[in-house]
Amino acid sequence: MQTPAPCGYERATSVDGALAALAAHGPTARLIAGGHSLLPMMKLRLATPEHLVDINDLDELAYIERDGDVIRIGAMTRHVELQRSALLAEHFALFADAEAVIADPVVRNRGTIGGSLCQADPGEDLSAVCAAIKADVVIRGPAGERVVSMDEFHVGPYVTAVADGEILTEIRVPIRPGAGSAHEKVERRAGDFAIAAASAAVWVGGGTFADVGLALAAAGPITVDVTRVGELLRGQPPGEELFEAAGAIAAEDCMPMADTRGPVDYKRHLVGVLTKRALRRATARALQQEA
Amino acid sequence: MATTVEQPASPERPIGFGRLRRKEDARFIRGQGTYLDDIRLPGMLHGAILRSPFAHAKINSIDTSKALELDGVAAVVTAKDLETLGLAWMPTISYDTQAVLAGDKVRFQGQEVAFVIATDEYVARDALPLIEVDYEPLPVVVDARKALDPDAPLIRDDKPGQVDNLATPTWEAGDEEAADRAFAEADVVVTRDIMYPRCHPAPMETCGMIADFDPKTGQLDIYNGNQAPHVHRTVYAHVAGLPEHMIRIMCNDIGGGFGNKVPVYPGYVCTIAASIVAGAPVKWIEDRSEHLTSTGFARDYNMHASICAKDGRITGLEVDVIADHGAWDSTAQPTKFPAGFFHICSGSYTLDASHVKVKAVYTNKAAGGVAYRCSFRITEAVYMVERMVDALATEMGVDPIELRMRSFIAPEQFPYETTTGWTYDSGNYAETMKVAMEIADYEELRREQAAKKERGELMGIGVAFFTEGVGAGPRKHMDILGMSMNDGADLRVHPSGKAVVSISCQTQGQGHETTFAQIVAEELGIPPEDIEVRHGDTDKSPYGLGTYGSRSTPVSGAAVSLVSRKVRDKARLIAATMLETRPEDLAWEKGRWFVKGDPEQGATIEDIALRAYSGEELPAGMEGGLDAQIVYDPPNLTYPYGAYICVVDIDPETAQVKVRRFIAVDDCGVRINPMIVDGQIHGGLAEGIGIALMELISFDSEGNCLNSSFMDYLIPTAMECPEFELGMTVTPCPHHPLGAKGVGESPNVGSPPAIVNAVIDALRQGYPEVDHIDMPCTPDRVWAAMQGRAEPPQ
Repeated sequence: MQTPAPCGYERATSVDGALAALAAHGPTARLIAGGHSLLPMMKLRLATPEHLVDINDLDELAYIERDGDVIRIGAMTRHVELQRSALLAEHFALFADAEAVIADPVVRNRGTIGGSLCQADPGEDLSAVCAAIKADVVIRGPAGERVVSMDEFHVGPYVTAVADGEILTEIRVPIRPGAGSAHEKVERRAGDFAIAAASAAVWVGGGTFADVGLALAAAGPITVDVTRVGELLRGQPPGEELFEAAGAIAAEDCMPMADTRGPVDYKRHLVGVLTKRALRRATARALQQEA
Repeated sequence: MATTVEQPASPERPIGFGRLRRKEDARFIRGQGTYLDDIRLPGMLHGAILRSPFAHAKINSIDTSKALELDGVAAVVTAKDLETLGLAWMPTISYDTQAVLAGDKVRFQGQEVAFVIATDEYVARDALPLIEVDYEPLPVVVDARKALDPDAPLIRDDKPGQVDNLATPTWEAGDEEAADRAFAEADVVVTRDIMYPRCHPAPMETCGMIADFDPKTGQLDIYNGNQAPHVHRTVYAHVAGLPEHMIRIMCNDIGGGFGNKVPVYPGYVCTIAASIVAGAPVKWIEDRSEHLTSTGFARDYNMHASICAKDGRITGLEVDVIADHGAWDSTAQPTKFPAGFFHICSGSYTLDASHVKVKAVYTNKAAGGVAYRCSFRITEAVYMVERMVDALATEMGVDPIELRMRSFIAPEQFPYETTTGWTYDSGNYAETMKVAMEIADYEELRREQAAKKERGELMGIGVAFFTEGVGAGPRKHMDILGMSMNDGADLRVHPSGKAVVSISCQTQGQGHETTFAQIVAEELGIPPEDIEVRHGDTDKSPYGLGTYGSRSTPVSGAAVSLVSRKVRDKARLIAATMLETRPEDLAWEKGRWFVKGDPEQGATIEDIALRAYSGEELPAGMEGGLDAQIVYDPPNLTYPYGAYICVVDIDPETAQVKVRRFIAVDDCGVRINPMIVDGQIHGGLAEGIGIALMELISFDSEGNCLNSSFMDYLIPTAMECPEFELGMTVTPCPHHPLGAKGVGESPNVGSPPAIVNAVIDALRQGYPEVDHIDMPCTPDRVWAAMQGRAEPPQ
């Protein structure tokens, strides 16, 4: 049996209450949402928080809704809701792509988007998804609310813009015309973290790419936003040669590390393939030509 | 001469053989099984083990004082304490020694260093980091191929006279001169280095024990899910000097064993010692990481093999193996066979000659070499020979099935004496191969493959044909630690005609409570639901060697069959008295003796049972009751076999392997419960997919285990398994009373070579220079093979 070290525990009933609990216990306190990253780390005693603030009762943070030209996703929205959301399927099909290959149904029933983003595991899929679609996140703290872009969100490996005493409350995604998106992942086995994964979002208008987002999971110490791919594609008409070129750029710009999932050269190769495939599929969806 | 027969169709509600839902499943699927952690005894203390972070290090000192200060800690046991009890070291199952707790130095990462006893499992774990151990790291050896290098550090300096890392000297089988001649005369010779990498059986329930020593009576009750409780009891009696008759081992329900739960582990000895010292029950259960890093691994065989052909037929095989045993030789096999049954590697073919050499080395890795769903290294043997036959077929430009067909042992050659000394009992190999080809539609698959090749797609078809020797074994040939490998059975038919049969093997999920009831039902005509199978409790079952090596049906199954026939014979005598006739005038039909020529006149087994216990007359001189006992000594192993065909697709860009189809045609002789057999085959095929595609226990150059959780040690899921396509032929075993052979391990033995052969076949569609890839065929390793850089795993 794996046994965590002793720690305190309380269940928050409101966001303000959770913030107060974090303030009262200081930096050794941790929020726990779905717990699918934190609890295993605690059981292995790789994480030893002194106090847990459980935010699973915060239903106020569980929603996916349209607000004008923005989709707002509450931080406590479970993976399974992202997977099944008709609203997301209509505008950002890559959520369903990614969720179909994130862990397994048991994890997806419990794990949350806020937890995934805040854990900021470089191999985690939703961070790449949110970076590709150029989402913003809302962070609430004792001093009030602030909105940061995904660019600013990832500070380093397992470190985000969410400071001690703060809570990520919402993900905001602007709806723009001509959008198509896709997430491609290769894993060693169903439910495993990616060997590498690529999230692509394109916005096509007038026969050319108006904008493109391309982000990678498991391809560096943090989620990798490959800005050069956007620079290459913007203003160009879609085409297979362009996707190949984008793949080559992504393979060059990623920063994978050798581990039990594979050596660096294979991972770079894979990033190239997945970038090409994700862009191809995203574009087909934007043009409503998906096979 | 072997005869293949039709398996009769299964009756709706079989009283005897047939598809019958498992009796034990009701409690399992409702979550009502009793596994070790479900058992809580009053006043029970809890143990936890401090393990070495280093693969090789001298221990300068161990300071337990801070741990002892923690509230709730009762004691901290170290090697010094065990030395006073004579328990610091213990023998392994292979006549080597192993440290119970490390005193002088640690020899692998995860080795047991101290044992904490506390009031609950949380406190016990909290105490571990408070124990201060002063380690002095030493150079490590992780690669078996470098273990005998002159500059390799000496791992076993505890053994007098040990000057290098040789664990067991070269062991040979076959005829080297004859093999050399076969190669000299051959038309084609193929040589490969083939590694069967280290993997782990990884049963869902990890290892653990509750020891409950009663200081008042001296009775030691042990709750411990292991695969050989009677042998464990004997070992504890010998090692700890405890009286064997005062030890009771209860296995209860076991969450899988797969060979991993055959050995006696240091944690067990610590738990027993702790209970004796504390005078209270002590529970210890390892966590998943402890399980993967310290308990019995499987395989880790480096095989240098050559195979040859003359006139289009396979004629010779030579194999030179370096086995990696880890820090101790605790490999599991009959004692006279240091390489297990590896020398069955001549496979299903009529070779002119073969020769096998195996030597084993120590490394700074966990010990094991257990028979993971395998009859003692047959998995390695079959993998090697089936890879080699494929390589030979490729070299000869012959279809791999065609080469096998040309070289099979023919039905009329059975019993067949192999070039390495086995006597195969029965088989009709070509017939079984044909059934597999029909199910697969082999010709059509080859056409599809050719069409796909034109389009740049990588489709592969892999074939494997295996013969296993299972059901160890005859006492004239084999033993474990001096104990004959025989099994007992004890059958008691109660006055109401319901029965209890006690057997010496026990289920870890194989369905024994159903299968063994069906054997009694078949022999006596008592419905299976009226037969209780007792097993896994040394106080309630006859002595025997346990469940592993697919030996339950071959050995215990035969015992149950014969003990039932003993009861039937006694029933005949009683029936004769009841029917006022002579025994020889009676005939048997299932459940009833009747008068020949007057079938209306008869006595059912129920009537006879009541009579046996009643006050009414019995045959002169006969004791009352309807019980019997037996000990069964198998005259030979049983030799199940099978033809497997696997179809894979490889993504040409990502190098991912997908198993699209898997056809398994097994011949395990007569099938007692075909549904359970199918289930066993499904499970073993899933394991084979895991081994072939993803499972690996690997180490970095400092001896750190890189696969210490299910995040890093991948076991397959349903998502990786296709709908298995099963078929069967039935060629009864001539010496087993039921004609049955073992089957549980066949799919694990036969599937890895079929899958790897398919992967190589697929790769060769686009990369014809690929001639081998070692397991596991993970995407990165398959991609490396595409780049011409196939390497064995580290």
